[in-house]
Amino acid sequence: MRREIPLAITFLIGVFMLVDFFVPHTAVTTSADELKQWGIIVIAASILLGIGNLVRVHSKKIARRNEGWGYSIITLTVMAVMLWLGLWPGAHLGPNEMIGTVEQGTPFNWMFLFMQVPLQSTMFSLLAFFIASAAYRAFRLRSAEASLLLIAAIIVMLGRVPLGQLLTRNLPEHAQLPWITETIMAYPNMAAFRGILMGAALGVMAMGLRIILGIERSYLGGEK
Amino acid sequence: MARGFNIRSIDRRIIFVLIFVAVAIPLIKPMGLPIGVSPPVQSLYDAVDALPPGTIVMLGGDYSPDSMPELQPMTIAFLRHAFKKDLRVVITCLWPASPPLIEAALTPLVEEFGKEYGVDYVNLGYMTGGPVTILGMGNSITGTFPRDYYGTPVGEIPLMDEVSNLSDVALVMEVSAGTPGTREWVQQAVSRFDVRLGSGTTAVGAPNFYPYVSSGQLIGLLGGLKGAAEYETLVGAPADATKGMDAQSIVHALIVFFILFGNVVYFVSKRSAAVADGRSRS
Repeated sequence: MRREIPLAITFLIGVFMLVDFFVPHTAVTTSADELKQWGIIVIAASILLGIGNLVRVHSKKIARRNEGWGYSIITLTVMAVMLWLGLWPGAHLGPNEMIGTVEQGTPFNWMFLFMQVPLQSTMFSLLAFFIASAAYRAFRLRSAEASLLLIAAIIVMLGRVPLGQLLTRNLPEHAQLPWITETIMAYPNMAAFRGILMGAALGVMAMGLRIILGIERSYLGGEK
Repeated sequence: MARGFNIRSIDRRIIFVLIFVAVAIPLIKPMGLPIGVSPPVQSLYDAVDALPPGTIVMLGGDYSPDSMPELQPMTIAFLRHAFKKDLRVVITCLWPASPPLIEAALTPLVEEFGKEYGVDYVNLGYMTGGPVTILGMGNSITGTFPRDYYGTPVGEIPLMDEVSNLSDVALVMEVSAGTPGTREWVQQAVSRFDVRLGSGTTAVGAPNFYPYVSSGQLIGLLGGLKGAAEYETLVGAPADATKGMDAQSIVHALIVFFILFGNVVYFVSKRSAAVADGRSRS
């Protein structure tokens, strides 16, 4: 019964949500709306699970003095500080510094805007350096396919910036880099992505049916 | 070229320094390169511009600080356009890090255009759930977002009296860096609730969404910093994205140079090796 009951619930809910898509009757939509709210609550609860898991993993690392355990202390400390600043209503740091609110000027907002934002932006901006280095070392004309990819990449890279427009502005419109770029994006690129999308959609539908019908049971866990 | 020259022997720090210089100089001394407008950006601008004053639009801000340099200018340009046209804006976020970024974009614009919170715009903040939340908004926005970003019950916000579900919103502009984002909006809202959807995405994500532009499921698309710069140009307020385009132009040109140079070195090395091999055999 430990498996049959969850499978039955999955089947009933899955079929009911399909019915909701095709039958816009109040009796159906009202119940479906309620189920969607439950879904949001369940997903929200998973955030708590995530926090619990984070604390467990890093606490274990600190207790065992595993490599990098100092970073785990920083992770847990910063998480605790942000939780305190974000959740503790009514506490005050100073006369104008409210804790437990998210408005601009509050410590929570300050920590986010002036610590998390620059840190994350810096990490992401480093990509430009690595992409340039990788492009120099790895992008080679080794085959016809690679050559095609490389030519398209060069056209799109130049056509997506004003420099490409400047370089070809005196040519006929259809020979200008921005026009060629837009054509590459709107036709060959679009055709390829449409194929991928349709394939993925069919896969999702098949997986959905497998779950509803109880063929796919890996989400229940404990089964190889 | 020296025989047997190994391109990998070039210190990558030289490349890093060149990239740094290519980014820094145009930012310090802008060149003012011309910015043309691509059809997907023009169609989005036209759709927003055609809305009568007072119309309610929705802005979905779904990104985090890492993609902020690309996407924040889109948010600002769209909000500027909406406020300039006296459109009323409902803001929602499916990413937890988005609301403070949206607030940072809103604050100077609200002061500039003299807009009133709760009447001209409202920030409903973050709600977890992704596609389920979008589905929920199709039936009831107030049910899905019972309180705004500041904890005020939406029933006490005048603007929300006129917004029951997505059918009360004339257009949704979704600025997203990934999942949940544009794809989920297309899948859950466009066909089912007849939502007119525009999108702004990172440059790396934009190619994914061209099928939706072609099928009409997206009324327009802003791709990366270039898309934001184009929208800024159309709105008539060049800002951060426009400034960034000079730097991006030079960096793209430099990367193209690296690719071409790397290939020249590769083929020269290959030919030299083949000649040397032929000599040793003879």
